[in-house]
Amino acid sequence: MNETESTTGQAGSPGGTLLLDPTSEVEPAGRSLVARRTSLEGLTVGLLDISKPRGNVFLDRLEEHLGRRGAAVRRYVKPTFTKPAPVDLRHEIASQCDAVIEALAD
Amino acid sequence: MTVDPGRIDELRARFSDSGLRSRRVGVGALEDETEAMFDRGWTDGLPVVAPTEARVTRMLDGTTRSSGDIVALIPPSLVECTVEKVAVNAVMAGCRPEYLPVVLAALEAICTDEFNMHGVLATTMGVGPVFVVNGPITRKIGMNAGINVLGHGNRANLTIGRAVQLVIRNVGGGHPGGIDRATHGSPAKLSFCFAEDEAGSPWTTLAEDRGFDRSTNVVTAFCGEAPRILMDQKSRSADSLLRSLASGLLSAVSPRTVLGMDGMLVISPEHMARFRDAGWDRARFMDELGAYLMVESDDILIGAGGIEEGLPGSMGGLTLPKFRPGGLLVVHAGGPAGLFSAIVGGWVNGPMGSDPTSREITL
Repeated sequence: MNETESTTGQAGSPGGTLLLDPTSEVEPAGRSLVARRTSLEGLTVGLLDISKPRGNVFLDRLEEHLGRRGAAVRRYVKPTFTKPAPVDLRHEIASQCDAVIEALAD
Repeated sequence: MTVDPGRIDELRARFSDSGLRSRRVGVGALEDETEAMFDRGWTDGLPVVAPTEARVTRMLDGTTRSSGDIVALIPPSLVECTVEKVAVNAVMAGCRPEYLPVVLAALEAICTDEFNMHGVLATTMGVGPVFVVNGPITRKIGMNAGINVLGHGNRANLTIGRAVQLVIRNVGGGHPGGIDRATHGSPAKLSFCFAEDEAGSPWTTLAEDRGFDRSTNVVTAFCGEAPRILMDQKSRSADSLLRSLASGLLSAVSPRTVLGMDGMLVISPEHMARFRDAGWDRARFMDELGAYLMVESDDILIGAGGIEEGLPGSMGGLTLPKFRPGGLLVVHAGGPAGLFSAIVGGWVNGPMGSDPTSREITL
């Protein structure tokens, strides 16, 4: 760096340098976690298969366990594990379920 | 010299309305700028150039686009990224202003549903965007298509690829250990960008093959691994070399994968000479190569050869191509001596993953 540039934009920073922020300068909205469920009785739990091999094997077992504990289960599938779940699918799960479990498998 | 180029940029930044909207971050006189940028998590592990107003103003001279134009939604956070933010990161990467149009086009190519940069970033597989640049701009800005083409030593190649990745990290928030949890990662996650040797090739270029005119400047993004060298120093006929290249390509990603992953082949000038001598054009080469890239599915079924990875048994008895139609990109590049070519394995292709994506570079 040459002398000319090292003193560029020093207003408010005597003798120092002003840099331009390379980030998006966006902060995600803070959301508090929902209260932890003490029981599964009567809840509707969504099971989201992300379309990885054998995700269904894992979710089948979870469905058995959840059923035994009194939860109703709804199954969902993402079109591909390489992309975020479509907005419609996320909305569907949010409006139909009390909780969701997403399975990564291989 | 009557005008000090550093001085005019400084004066412009100080006295004209630069229109730069990025937050100013003060670094104290006793602080080390480079260390300050490391501390803020703005780097890729290598030192970056301090993005001062003067440098960013000068960088923006490289494009006719307005600094406030939105270039793309950058994954994983899907935030709007302005030309200015790209310029800031291009300064940090070490770009010269004349590289900026290539960086902008590269970002436009990868931040699409087609290329799926979100998935490319987030996958545990060690892949990243590989950029091939075609057209007169490659000579104009001094990109390398020759000796060490996939390696070090050329500022344009290295800093263009790096600038794109810095935008993903800094603007998109795609940091390793966060959304990016790649098992091994790859040099492609730092920078993987090169030019095709068009003048030395008897074939149409990659961009022409993808429907562009030879005089158009084009960047093509491919989701790929690090390159691996395929050695063949003895083939003297086109057919022998073709069989040899095919045997290497069959192992791209895994010998057990067919159709689901794309690939790239970077043919060196000395290897290309075999096909030139035989009078083959690109179409003939692809046609003949395709015949050697057929796989008997029985050989790669689950359990075949004692290996549990493979195709389901229901796919037995088929003869399948290693690559889907259009799934093998062939580029001519490399130094004038050396009987090697390079293979770059791909990733999940098509709507389920990533498609190679080309964009015209506009100045």
